[in-house]
Amino acid sequence: MATPAPQTDPTEARIAHLTLPAGGWSEAARSDALARLRSTGLPTRRDEYWKFTRPDALTQADTPKAGVLVDDEPPIFGDTDALRIVFDDGVFNAEASDDLALEHVTIERLGDTKADIHWAQGVYGVLEKAGQTPVARPLAALNTAFASDGVLIHATAKATRPINLVYNHRQEASDAILHHVIKIDADADLTIMESGPAAARFNKVMEVDVADGAAFHHVRAQGRDHERLAATHVFARLGTESTFKSFTLTVNGRLTRNDCVIELTGDDAIAHVAGACVGDGDFHHDDTVFITHDAERCESRQVFKKVLRNGAVGVFQGKILVKAGAQKTDGYQISQSLLLDEDAQFLAKPELEIYADDVVCSHGSTSGAIDEEALFYLRSRGVPAPIATDLLTLAFLAEAVDEIEDEALRDVLVARLEGWLERHRS
Amino acid sequence: MLTIKDLHVKLEEEDKQILKGVDLTVEAGKVHAIMGPNGSGKSTLSYVLSGRDGYEVTSGTAHLGDVDLLDIEPEERAAAGLFLAFQYPVEIPGVGNMTFLRTAVNAQRKARGEEEMSAADFLKEVRARAKELQIDADMLKRPVNVGFSGGEKKRNEILQMAMLEPKMCILDETDSGLDVDAMKLVAEGVNKLRSVGRGFLVITHYQRLLDHIKPDVVHIMADGRIVKTGGPELALEVENNGYADILAEVA
Ligand SMILES: Nc1ncnc2c1ncn2[C@@H]1O[C@H](COP(=O)(O)OP(=O)(O)O)[C@@H](O)[C@H]1O
Ligand SMILES: [Mg+2]
Repeated sequence: MATPAPQTDPTEARIAHLTLPAGGWSEAARSDALARLRSTGLPTRRDEYWKFTRPDALTQADTPKAGVLVDDEPPIFGDTDALRIVFDDGVFNAEASDDLALEHVTIERLGDTKADIHWAQGVYGVLEKAGQTPVARPLAALNTAFASDGVLIHATAKATRPINLVYNHRQEASDAILHHVIKIDADADLTIMESGPAAARFNKVMEVDVADGAAFHHVRAQGRDHERLAATHVFARLGTESTFKSFTLTVNGRLTRNDCVIELTGDDAIAHVAGACVGDGDFHHDDTVFITHDAERCESRQVFKKVLRNGAVGVFQGKILVKAGAQKTDGYQISQSLLLDEDAQFLAKPELEIYADDVVCSHGSTSGAIDEEALFYLRSRGVPAPIATDLLTLAFLAEAVDEIEDEALRDVLVARLEGWLERHRS
Repeated sequence: MLTIKDLHVKLEEEDKQILKGVDLTVEAGKVHAIMGPNGSGKSTLSYVLSGRDGYEVTSGTAHLGDVDLLDIEPEERAAAGLFLAFQYPVEIPGVGNMTFLRTAVNAQRKARGEEEMSAADFLKEVRARAKELQIDADMLKRPVNVGFSGGEKKRNEILQMAMLEPKMCILDETDSGLDVDAMKLVAEGVNKLRSVGRGFLVITHYQRLLDHIKPDVVHIMADGRIVKTGGPELALEVENNGYADILAEVA
C-alpha cells in the first residue's frame, strides 16, 4: 500500500527548522507573533499585495543559495564617520564591529539581552503587530517570532555619529533573520545607515519609534549580489512634530521586497520615504508602502524611481490612508520607471483612501523610455550615446536621490549608481 | 569646409521626399545664409547633417573637410567640428547646464585625442563666455534649458557653440522668438566667433538677423532644393518682395 505524501502546510514547513528563542523579555512578543503568523499563513500569490511579486522564494523552507559577489568596490559607507555594527550572514561579528558605545545612545544586541524586563518590550513586535492591519505582513510576524539577532538602539538626545549596520554575505547558502528596534526620545536625532547583501536570503524588520520632536534619518544600500533574496520591513510610529526620512538604493538582487509601514500619530509630523533601484536581467524589486495619517497637518512623501532593463521587473504598491480627523494632511506620492528596453516591466498600484475633507493628496505613476530628443541633443554636442544615456538615467533618478538630505551620503550613492550604469551599458 | 552634393532625403517612416537634391559648399571663413519659406526643408537639412534619426538619405553626400558626415554617429560629427544651434533647443530636466557643457567639451576633446579641460579652467572659460552673452550664474546651474525663456535658450545655444569651438556652425532660426536686444546679443556672440578657419550656415526666415550677421553668400531654398544663390542683396530682395517673385522667377 502506497503511503500518501505528507501534506505539510508551507508555513509549518518553513518554521519547522527554526527555533523560537525562549525566555527573557521578548518571549511573549515572540509567541504572540508566531500565533499571528499561523493565523494568516505565509503569503501566497493569491494575496492582494502579492499579486505582482511571487513570494515563493521568500517563503520556501529550504535554505536558499546565492552566489557571493566578489565585490570590487570598497564598502559603500566606508569613508563616512560612523559606528559600525557588522553581521555576517546574520551573525554578529564582534571583531569587525566597533564598541557599541555612543554618546546619548544605548546600543544592545537582541541576541544578547536576556533580562525579563527591557525598554524594547514597548516596541518589539508592537509596531509590527499594529502594521498587520489592515494588510497582513506574515513575513514580518515570522521575523518577530524567530529573529536570531538585531540591535536595540535607544537615543535620548542627538547622536554624535551615525550608526552603520553592515550586512556581509559570506556563505553561499545562508538565511538571516534580523530584527532591530530603534527608539528615539523626544527631540533626539539619529541617523542609521544599512549596507550590504546580508545573506542568500535576508528577512529583516526594523521598528522605529520616533517621539515628539525627534528625528530619524535612514539611508540604506542593499547589496549587489545578483542572486540574493530579501524581504524587509520598516515599521515606524511618528509623534508630534517628529521627522522620519528613509532612502533605499537597490542595485541588483534576484528578489527584493521592501515594505514600509508608517503611522503618523502626532500632529505636524513629517515622513519621507524614497527609493531608487536599478536592475538588469534577473531582477525583481517591489516597494510596498503604507502611510497612515492619523493626526493633523502631517506631511508624507513617497518618491520611488526604477531603472529597468533586460527582463527586470519593478513593482510599486503605495498607499496613503487619511483617517477621519487628519485634517490638513499633505500627501504626495510618485512612482516612475525608466524602461531601457522593451523587455523590462513596471507594475504599479497607487492607492489613496481619504476620510478627512480638508486634505491635499496627489499621486502619479509613469513608465517611460529614454527621451530620444534629449539623447540626440546631448549627442549632437559630442557626448557619446552611452554616456548621454547614463546622464539621462541619473537625471531620471535625481528626484528620488535628492531626497537624501546629507550631501556627502548622496554623492556616495550617486557614485555607486554611476558605476552600475557604466557596468550595465548596452 | 562643408560640401554637400546632390543630397536627397526622405522621411524614414513615410514615403515623403523632403530634400530633392541639395548642392551647397561653405568655405572656411565664410558665412552662408539659407532663406526660404516654411516647410522648404531648411531644418531637415540641418538635422540630416547632424545625424538625427528619422531621415533616410537616398542619394548624395555631405563632407566636413574630408570627413564623410553621413557615415558617422552624431557625437562623432560633433567631435569632427560640426555644431547645430537648434531651432527648438531641448529641455533636459535633471541634467545641470554646467555638467552638460563640461561633459560635452571633454567628450569632444577625448574623441580628438586631446587633453581634458580641468574643472578650474573650464569654470573660468565658461564664466567669461557666459558673461559676454549675459547668461548669469543661475542659468548655468539650472537644468539644461528648463524654464529658460525663448531668448535664454538661444543664448544658451551660442554659449555651447562658444565653448565647443566648432569648425562649422549651423544656426537654425536662431533669431526666431527673439526681441531686438536679444537678437543683437546673439549676433554679437556669433560675430565674435567668426574667424578664418570657421564656416557658418545661418538658416533664417527673415532678413533681419542678416543685418547683424553679415552673410557672404545667400541661398534661397524652396521645396527641398537651393533654387537661387546670390550675395547679401538677395536677402534684401526677399525682405522687400517676399519669396513669391523669386519662386516664380525660378519656376
Ligand atoms: N519628422 C518629420 N515628420 C513629418 N514631417 C516632417 C518631419 N520633418 C520634416 N517634415 C516635413 O518636411 C518638410 C520640411 O520641414 P522643415 O525641414 O522643418 O522645413 P523648414 O525648416 O524649412 O521650415 C515639411 O513639410 C515638414 O512637415
Ligand atoms: Mg525650420
